[in-house]
Amino acid sequence: MKVNGEPVDAAPRPGQCLRTLLRETGHVEVKKGCDAGDCGACSVLVDGTPVHSCLYPAVRAADAAVTTVAGLGTPDQPHPVARAFAEAAGFQCGFCTPGMIVTAATLAPGADRRRGLQGNLCRCTGYRAIDSALDAATTTKPDGRVGESVRAPATEDVVTGSARYTFDVAAPPDLAHLAVLRSPHAHARVLAVDTEAARAVPGVLAVLTAADVPDVLYSTARHDDRLDDPDDTRMLDTVVRFHGQRVAAVIGETLAAAEEGVRALEVRYEVLTPVLDAEAARTSAPIHGDKGPESRIADAAHNVVAALHDGVGDVVAGAVEARAAGGAVVSGTWHTGRVAPTSLETHGSRGELDASGRLVVRTSSQVPFLVRDELARLLDLPRERVRVSTGRVGGGFGSKQEMLTEDLVGLAVLRTGRPVQWELTRTESLTATPTRHPMRVAVTAAARPDGSLTALAIDVLSDAGAYGNHSPGVMFHGCHESMALYRCANKRVDAEAVYTTTPPSGAFRGYGLGQVQFAIESALDDLARELGLDPFELRRRCVVRPGEPFVASHDPGEHPDDLEFGSDGLIECLDLAQAAVARDGDAPPPGEHWRVGTGTAATMIATIPPRGHHAEASLALAPDGTYRLRTGTAEFGNGSATTHAQIAATTLGCRLDQVRAVAGDTDAVGVDTGAFGSTGTVVAGTAVARAAAGLASRVLRAAAARLGADVGECRLGAEGVTAAGLRVDLGELAVLVGGEPSVGRHDGTPRSVAFNVHAVRVAVDVRSGEVRILRSVQAADAGVVVNPQQCRAQVEGGVAQAIGTALYEEIRLDDAGRVVTRVLRDYHLPQYADVPRTEVFFADTSDPHGPFGAKSMSESPYNPVAPALANAIRDATGVRPYRLPMTRDRLWAAFGAPEISDGD
Amino acid sequence: MDLLTVEALERPADDAALRARAAAMPAASPTDALLAGGTWLFSVPQPHLRTLVDLTTLPWPAVSTTPAGVTVAATATIAQLVEQLPHPLVQGCAEALVGSHKVWNVATVGGNIALALPAGPMTTLAVTLDATAVVWPATGGETRLPVADLVVGDRRTLLAAGDVLRAVELPSSALRSRTALRKASLAPLGRSAALLGGRIDGDGAVTLAVTAARARPAVLRFPAAPDTAELDAAVLGLEADGPWFDDPHGTPAWRRAMTRRLAREIVEELT
Repeated sequence: MKVNGEPVDAAPRPGQCLRTLLRETGHVEVKKGCDAGDCGACSVLVDGTPVHSCLYPAVRAADAAVTTVAGLGTPDQPHPVARAFAEAAGFQCGFCTPGMIVTAATLAPGADRRRGLQGNLCRCTGYRAIDSALDAATTTKPDGRVGESVRAPATEDVVTGSARYTFDVAAPPDLAHLAVLRSPHAHARVLAVDTEAARAVPGVLAVLTAADVPDVLYSTARHDDRLDDPDDTRMLDTVVRFHGQRVAAVIGETLAAAEEGVRALEVRYEVLTPVLDAEAARTSAPIHGDKGPESRIADAAHNVVAALHDGVGDVVAGAVEARAAGGAVVSGTWHTGRVAPTSLETHGSRGELDASGRLVVRTSSQVPFLVRDELARLLDLPRERVRVSTGRVGGGFGSKQEMLTEDLVGLAVLRTGRPVQWELTRTESLTATPTRHPMRVAVTAAARPDGSLTALAIDVLSDAGAYGNHSPGVMFHGCHESMALYRCANKRVDAEAVYTTTPPSGAFRGYGLGQVQFAIESALDDLARELGLDPFELRRRCVVRPGEPFVASHDPGEHPDDLEFGSDGLIECLDLAQAAVARDGDAPPPGEHWRVGTGTAATMIATIPPRGHHAEASLALAPDGTYRLRTGTAEFGNGSATTHAQIAATTLGCRLDQVRAVAGDTDAVGVDTGAFGSTGTVVAGTAVARAAAGLASRVLRAAAARLGADVGECRLGAEGVTAAGLRVDLGELAVLVGGEPSVGRHDGTPRSVAFNVHAVRVAVDVRSGEVRILRSVQAADAGVVVNPQQCRAQVEGGVAQAIGTALYEEIRLDDAGRVVTRVLRDYHLPQYADVPRTEVFFADTSDPHGPFGAKSMSESPYNPVAPALANAIRDATGVRPYRLPMTRDRLWAAFGAPEISDGD
Repeated sequence: MDLLTVEALERPADDAALRARAAAMPAASPTDALLAGGTWLFSVPQPHLRTLVDLTTLPWPAVSTTPAGVTVAATATIAQLVEQLPHPLVQGCAEALVGSHKVWNVATVGGNIALALPAGPMTTLAVTLDATAVVWPATGGETRLPVADLVVGDRRTLLAAGDVLRAVELPSSALRSRTALRKASLAPLGRSAALLGGRIDGDGAVTLAVTAARARPAVLRFPAAPDTAELDAAVLGLEADGPWFDDPHGTPAWRRAMTRRLAREIVEELT
């Protein structure tokens, strides 16, 4: 076999796929995304023909010439398509990029991209940036300051396949593999696990059951304060609470041995009654009846993880007032679906003991520091005996704010003394890793004829699934900014998150807001209709204004908060979206069965999660004139590595390529809460800005002393410091300043608010339920936009993910609680053909609480899209959608299940 | 994905070797499998398998013309079929595959039919054109039967262990006829929830293949273009043979409604 022109001495195994053979021979640029021919991350050319290498028998390629992304060009002469992806920033996390580029390189000019990219899924970009790359557009520049569209520092690595993700570093020769047995029941007691046959399988090193793991309760969810989430989980338990929960683990010399060991395990279960319906949970037998107060479950006897029952004013009186004034009262009940985050890199980790005996874990995580802390607690190790780091992370969307693999890997390393890795399969990812919380949200809203609200009440039931990870946080967050966006004297929140014996829900982009906002924004649309007001105008009249308190369910005077109205682009966003949706767009298809309508929704999000989010950054000047930046935060496609470099370079007056960064490692800095809650720019970025300011000040002082000038006269530039016509180079200054880094820190307070307004025009086929998006616009208030191209892509990617949530994606369970959507063919991620272009607008604001005036813009673009689509469908058809996803069959049923008749 | 329990991949040297090997395939515990393109076999775990018998090295011409029509080898890839048999129904059925062009390059016509997924578009193609399956039974000899009879349910065919689907014969008369294709899906390029092929012959006879919406392919035949009531009655008459198919790609009720409408659109297009 030849790979990229070089002979490869490989002996393909009979059942091996080409992807594995390539990766085993060092071609780790070929990615494993779905392992089933659906995502395209493993695309390569075999004798010039593009294939999914995960489906291609390796034996068949024994005499073939294989080309990967790394072989399309050379570092000096990159392939034109790779160069185009670099110049157009056609990637975010970059995990899909090698396969995307290989495939795109085979597309003839003018080829149908919808078909040509059918087998290549990107979860981050929303495909517009990929389109720009295919158009050979240049939307970025190699260097620049805050406010300019500079390229991600890893660009060259990503587009040539050199970027190293979790499993792209060389495996130790004695690497062992872990596989788990998963529960075939939604609820059962594990009576006995017979491990004898499994231990006898050749190559099996160890078997772990509930008897072999620390008897420590914890939560897979990770927060700065570990008490945020209920401690209701054991590494391996004697009760299983969802179909797919891990029951036992087998460590083998090879993955084949580990899996054979899993198949050899014999388990006796006592099947317990499943609780599959959240509505019935509170009257069902306790799922966590064995837990005491130390687990911090609100009401375990009634399966309630967390509850909030609070209000201000009197919503009943508010409704009466609205009616008396000739206004309107609306109500309804909305449901959201179970959505999988589906980062293209699945969860997985590799652990080993270093020379000093320290446990070192490389993992695909958004929160390496928090994983380190909890791992130490679980394994009863001092924190300094555990190191957790990441490579480049192939997407997260919240799902990697969990500890899902590191615990078993860490324990397996300690038990076997061997390096151990565990990489989840795509089916494990879809069936046993946390999803977005499905919610039922009832809303009552009332307003006077002028649109001023007199009552706003929500009743939320959130399905936590089997474990409480993130359920309190998602519930409280979901009910906060959604309600606080509106000025109303009478508000009421009744919310509970309940256990069911279904796969656990967890952190997902938007963290509860999107579900509640789907309901509230739909209800407000109904209210505007009742009042005869334009829906944009209704919002202008009732949204919270600077100077007014953020009231969700209680008076903030009683519970002081650090949330401030740092800057206000909300009205501007409403204006921008309203004007933009009215112009341009596609024409509807012909035929009177296509109905056209317009819809909008507005959302608010706090720029930082509450109650502490910490980041530290350090910067040092090296003798070679480069700056060494160390941060804790991982890069998973959120673009924080880019904004951090921009912030440092702008503050230090240097070129971007002078900033050399190390990130995502507990050894890099002292503290980093992690990359969640949209904090990469506002928290870690502020820490970088502070470190850079500190270092700049030291450098200037040293230069002033050296040049005999006033500090005020000194100018720091890319080569050194100049004053009064004299210059001292950075290399010399590095010696004068010393190697000690300057450290910056941010502790996540005070917090500001960011806004998103989405508007769409749709055509709906009332015969089939098909929805076509004719025009899609989003206006975002991100404060000062650090990197316009990158921020635009964050918005576009959020819109695309939301289109999936709104129209296509749903993890479905059967009557026994087993997930039936187990592969990506059955769980439809938006593909190129599904995502319309969205025109993105930014409000012109600057926030005093963010670096250079920036605000967060990662999760929030996702939130207003589903209600905007629902409101447009309502406008087009007269039928209000109450349930996500609004699939064609579901909408068709809502339209009255029309069938043809002889009269048609 | 890696099939970690597979210990051997055999590549029979010729037809005789294949037939000898196939005859030895155990029926009771299926540890052996015939491997065509592999795009399905390698896409889901197959822990029961120990041996793969590769058909793709046999020198079967992908597409060949005979006086009776066109013979498509079971091992012809979808890409080869599209390239070598230009026909709107071939193109349309290939595009109905949920897999990408990269799957077209590897997946085979025979594999798609033998897999017998209700949404398998090569089944739709074959059934619409009244294609005949050429089967080499494990017991020897050669048998022919309509593809419409070969596929009997969701993931079920009449093929027994060791039976080899050798080819699909498309009659020239049907290839000369005008055809139409309609698809309903939950997404623009999604898996088919209803995939209907139609054909009108020189004598005015209309053949309608209903697939994806039902567990097994159904064929409706009309001596002349049916009126809307006759057509609709025939479509609804399928319910006597079992319910509309149910999986995450569409509810049975929606599939029924889409099938009724698409059937009418096909007849309108053909007449």
